[in-house]
Amino acid sequence: MTPKKSIAATLLYGTASLALYTLLLSHADLFVQWAQHTRENRILFIIPVLVAFVFSYFHGAFTGHFWESLGLHAARSGSGK
Amino acid sequence: MDSGLFIDINLYSALALFVVGFVGGMVSGFIGSGGAFVLTPAMMTLGVPGIVAVASNMCHKFPKSLVGAMKRHKYGQVDLKLGIIMGVFAELGVIAGKHVMTGIKDTYGDIGTSLYVSVVFVVVLAVVGGFVLRDALHMFRRERAGGGEAAHPVTRLARWIQSVHIPGTMVYFDSLKARVSVLFIVPLGLATGMLAATIAVGGFIGVPAMIYVLGAPALMASATELVVAFVMGVGGTLLYALDGVVDIRLAMIILAGSLFGIQIGAIGTTYVRDSIVKLVMGLIMIIVLFSRFFYVPGYLSKLGMITPLSDGSIANLKLAGDATLVLALAVGGLTILVALIRGMAEHRQAAVATRSA
Repeated sequence: MTPKKSIAATLLYGTASLALYTLLLSHADLFVQWAQHTRENRILFIIPVLVAFVFSYFHGAFTGHFWESLGLHAARSGSGK
Repeated sequence: MDSGLFIDINLYSALALFVVGFVGGMVSGFIGSGGAFVLTPAMMTLGVPGIVAVASNMCHKFPKSLVGAMKRHKYGQVDLKLGIIMGVFAELGVIAGKHVMTGIKDTYGDIGTSLYVSVVFVVVLAVVGGFVLRDALHMFRRERAGGGEAAHPVTRLARWIQSVHIPGTMVYFDSLKARVSVLFIVPLGLATGMLAATIAVGGFIGVPAMIYVLGAPALMASATELVVAFVMGVGGTLLYALDGVVDIRLAMIILAGSLFGIQIGAIGTTYVRDSIVKLVMGLIMIIVLFSRFFYVPGYLSKLGMITPLSDGSIANLKLAGDATLVLALAVGGLTILVALIRGMAEHRQAAVATRSA
C-alpha cells in the first residue's frame, strides 16, 4: 500500500473506531443494563460478542494502518528469518 | 444480577488498562499468548470483582487473538487446521479446568484455589519455562558458533510422534510438514485449556507443546496459538456472557490498547529468528514464576500451614508479587521492541548492501 493510501485508510478506520468508542462510552449505562438483564432475557448475551467482533474489525484495521503509515512494515512473507 | 459488579471507570483506570493492554498485546502478538496474565489482577486492583475481571479479560482476548492470527496468517505463519483442532479440545480443557477449580473451592475455599493456582504456576512455569529458556540459549550458542540461524531442531519425541501411524486419525499439518494422529493433539489441547482456566495463559503449555511435542517451528507455533486462543476465547466469552458478567466497557478499553500492541508484536516476528521467540517466552515464564513465590506464604499462613503472618506482611508480599508480574510483561515488551528495532536496522542495512552490490 502506498504511504498516501495508508494514511487515508488510517484516517478512515480511525474515525470509524473513534465513533464506535464514543458510542460505547456515551451509552455505557445501557450496556451495563443489558448485561444485568441477561439472565431474564437470554438473547442479550450476544451483545458483548457482537460488539467485540465489530470493534476488532474497525479498530484492528485502524491500528494496522496506523503503524504502517508510521513506517512499521513486516520484513517479508513466510516464517522464519 | 448485582449492579455492584460493574465499577465506575475513570480516566486513570481507563489509561492504566489501555497501557497494560498495549504491552500485553505486544507480547501476545509475538509469542501467541502470555499478555493477559497481568490484566485479571490489574482489574481486581481497580475494584473489579474476580469473575467480571476474568470474563472481561476473556472477552478482550478473543478479538485480539483474531486480529493477531489474521495478521500472522498474512505472513504465512499460521497453521489454521492445527489451531482449530487444538482450540476445540482446549475449549473442553477449559470446561474441565473450571470443574477442577470449583471442586477445590468447594472443599478448601478461596485460599485452597489460590494455593492450587500458585502450585500449577510454579510447576508448569519452572519445568516448561526452564526448558524453553535453556533451548533458546542453546540455539543462540549454535547460531554464534555457526554464524547464522540454527536449524529448527525437531525433538526425538516429535520425530517419534510423527512416525506413529494410527489409521483413521492421521491429519497432515502444514506447520509440521508431516501427518500426525489427532489422538496426540487431544491431550495437548486439553492441557492448554486446563492451564488457561487455571492461570489464564494456556499458551504457556500450548506453544511449547506444538514446538517440542509435535515438532512445529517456534514462529509457527506462536502464530497458531493465536487461533487456539481465539477458539477458546469465543467459547469462554459466550459462557460468561450468558451469566451477564462480561463488562464490555472494560473489555473494549483493554482491546483499544492491545490491538495497537498486537500489530507491533506480529510485525516483530517477521524480523526475528525462532530463538528470539523462545527467549522472550522463556524469560516471561521464569519471571512470572518468581511472582508466585511472593503469594504462597500468604496462602500457607491463611490455611494455618505455617506460623501466621500479619495482614501487613501478606499485603506487602502480594504487592511484590503483582510488581513482579508487571516486570515480566515489561521485560517481554522491551525485549520484543529491541529485537524489532535491531531486526529492522539489519534489514535496512542488508537492503542497502544489496542495492549497492
